[in-house]
Amino acid sequence: MDEQPPRRPGELSFAARRRLFLVGAAGLGALLLWGLFGLPDYRDVVPLYGQVINHSAVEERSSTAVVSAVNFDYRGFDTLGEEFILFAAVLVLALLLRRLSEERRDRHEWKARHEHTTSAAVRLTCAALVGPTVLLAVYITAHGHLTPGGGFQGGVIAATALLLVYLGSDYPTMQRLRPLPLVETAKAAGALAFVLLGLAGLIFAGAFLENFLPLGTPGDLVAAGTIPLLSVAVGLEVAGGFVLLLSEFLDQLLVIRRKQEADS
Amino acid sequence: MSVLPYVVAVWICLVGLYGIVTSRHLLHTIICVSVVQSSTYVLLLAVGYRQGGVAPVFVDIPHTTPAVDPVVQALTLTDVVVGGAVTALLLAIAVQIEKHLHTLDPDELDPLRD
Repeated sequence: MDEQPPRRPGELSFAARRRLFLVGAAGLGALLLWGLFGLPDYRDVVPLYGQVINHSAVEERSSTAVVSAVNFDYRGFDTLGEEFILFAAVLVLALLLRRLSEERRDRHEWKARHEHTTSAAVRLTCAALVGPTVLLAVYITAHGHLTPGGGFQGGVIAATALLLVYLGSDYPTMQRLRPLPLVETAKAAGALAFVLLGLAGLIFAGAFLENFLPLGTPGDLVAAGTIPLLSVAVGLEVAGGFVLLLSEFLDQLLVIRRKQEADS
Repeated sequence: MSVLPYVVAVWICLVGLYGIVTSRHLLHTIICVSVVQSSTYVLLLAVGYRQGGVAPVFVDIPHTTPAVDPVVQALTLTDVVVGGAVTALLLAIAVQIEKHLHTLDPDELDPLRD
């Protein structure tokens, strides 16, 4: 047992806290299981809504990946909310990790930390993987309405390409490859494009996010109306958001220093 | 065993909660929060499962083939995205706590400290 911090008056001891939790957890677990066992047997029953969508999505929306059809069409409005949750989270993260008044950006620290610390094998592998990673991201985003995938998955993969660049080279190279104003613009443009496509549905088809474009043949790359367009919009927003998020954390690690520490 | 996924989901949830309650480091706490959340993925996917069902992707099979529920899978995707956002925000808060209070032990965080 490691050392305990001094207790304040009235505070539970570690062991007592654990005992209290075990009692509560036993109760919570029993209640959860009791409730879940009352559900119909999941092996035989597919909720009607899912069954209807499975049977009609291919004919109605020309989308062979039904999960994407749900996300970007049937439940498109929820996805709008989901996209803006991510949007707001990245904004708040940038606010939380901003450079504080007692901090400054140290432009020389990264040199000491990162020169000659990565082996040539790692650098070569990373450089070789960046291109395929970006290609995979584009593929996953563009084929969201055909096979499993879509903007959320593709966007995150695209952002990991930036981490590969950082791992395989150094901070300044990564900085050159992610001009932050452009990344922020891409993120905002993705969010805006989603809303505009929704409004276009309102104008041309009578309902917000209604699929107003020609549906084409199921299985074609250009098919399913607005579903691939919404997927690309989400991909842009997610890629921009995650690049921003990773950049903020890397900045905290590498270049943001307290003023007095950096001066001394 | 038709109840096994439910038992697994409840177990993951309780294990995560145990981790949060006994946590001595905020990064550990944050990871435990995402463990608790991952129990909901298991639960959602179990609810949408169907015996013998295929994945709801009808590229080269007729769309009348029995398939699992696509709606809960879409909900799981939402769940994952929200989980990522929550984890990122918590990590950012942990970075600032470490900067200002020079500790990541939740027991040493006193709400009344300046």
